[in-house]
Amino acid sequence: MKYMMFVCTDPEPDTDTENEPDIDVWVAENDAAGRRLQGMVLAPRSTATTVRVRNGQTLVSDGPFAETKEVIVGFDLLECADLDEAIEVARTHPMARGGRIEVRPLADFEQ
Amino acid sequence: MTHGGQAAAAATEAYPRIVAALIRITGDWTLAEDCAQEALALALERRPADGVPDKPGAWLMTVARNRALDVLRRASVERRKLRELAVLALTAATELEPQEEVVDDRLRLVFTCCHPALALEARVALTLRTICAVSTVDIARAFLTSESTMTRRLTRAKTKIAEARIPYRVPTGPALTERLPGVLAVLYLLFTHGYNADGEPAFAEEAIRLARLLARLMPGQPEASALLLLQHSRRAARRDADGNLVTLDKQDRPRWDHAAIAEALTILADLPDSGPYALQARIAACHASATSPEDTDWPRIADCYDKLVRVQPSPVIELNRAVAHGYAYRPAAGLALLAQARAGGALDDYPLAIAAEAQLTARDGDRERAAELFRLAAEQAHSESERRALLERAAENR
Repeated sequence: MKYMMFVCTDPEPDTDTENEPDIDVWVAENDAAGRRLQGMVLAPRSTATTVRVRNGQTLVSDGPFAETKEVIVGFDLLECADLDEAIEVARTHPMARGGRIEVRPLADFEQ
Repeated sequence: MTHGGQAAAAATEAYPRIVAALIRITGDWTLAEDCAQEALALALERRPADGVPDKPGAWLMTVARNRALDVLRRASVERRKLRELAVLALTAATELEPQEEVVDDRLRLVFTCCHPALALEARVALTLRTICAVSTVDIARAFLTSESTMTRRLTRAKTKIAEARIPYRVPTGPALTERLPGVLAVLYLLFTHGYNADGEPAFAEEAIRLARLLARLMPGQPEASALLLLQHSRRAARRDADGNLVTLDKQDRPRWDHAAIAEALTILADLPDSGPYALQARIAACHASATSPEDTDWPRIADCYDKLVRVQPSPVIELNRAVAHGYAYRPAAGLALLAQARAGGALDDYPLAIAAEAQLTARDGDRERAAELFRLAAEQAHSESERRALLERAAENR
């Protein structure tokens, strides 16, 4: 089962900074276990461009599509047995403390 | 017991086991529920001449399993073939006989229904629907919402379980500690459903059984079972010979289950006044230890409700808090708090809010107005026994 993990910022990060997990250890462990298939960090939000086509016209505008305080800063594609395993992977990511993580399964069109 | 009664009792008992077993095997909630319900419907249609099967539970399991096989055979998708093999391996005898196996299945189902990735209300609703076979209409009523809203909520929850693959198992280690309070919250609401006016008393028994099982699985969090024990201790005194509800102040206190009360008081003795269950158990203990209604420690109860409304705010708790204050201090103080609780509108369709106003008004000395309010509450009652009890209160105040 594939899950997409969106790594986001959060206006209220955890104040407890003891024993913060190391991102390099997290990547190495999950890559080795075959749970992390891919993952990237995005360039800052200021570099985002939104594209729409309406009535044949291409509309290009500056900025991300959602004007929220939370910004997607990266993603990881996971392969997990079930949601509990995906939650565990997300829980141990440093940004679960520094921000927030959305875990969402990829759509399964065979079902 | 009549033929119909026997069949209905067997059905209630067997339903969650069948659903749990079929979900485990097929992973398909809708299929499991549909097949279990069809089996129940068939059982209830059997004519008396057909007789009651020796093992109604096993008979129901077989019918449901065959129905699931039919459905799976018709769906020829490859992945369904695998499930079909699994269902074939499931025989009624092995599924229903060893108790431990069955309990484990249902416990797994409880943890799935109570998964934190589902919204809280969806968890409770799903547990009531799946484990207790409570109708969607009744669940909607308990949540003060409409049937269509509840149906949507249940469908959304089941879709999420399937599509996000919420696992079907009891968690272990730290995850169990984190998940348990959520499960207890659901069990308590389940218990309340069994305990309410026309609820099915078997649900209350079921909640206690599951709470004890959880307590064994996870020692150190006994307040929920203390609370359930206290509420349940009054079961024999809650109805009169005609099945009418008897309010707390009129119950025959010697008929309470004093062994259960003692068990709960022992548990509570070591617990602090924090957390929603400990507080509610403390309130129940105040009632359970009073030898007469006049002997009830209402200021202590009011104090517990003050704390409770902070840790677990809800319109119904605010309502109970208002009544407690009205009894502990002056009825007018209770009426003021009641007006505050009703201001948001969440209690508009809740006849017990009017009944509470009637009760406090009577205590304030205005019997005529109280009788009028009791009659108004009776008009809006959700059940026949509730309506009768409220009319009786109206008559007393005339």
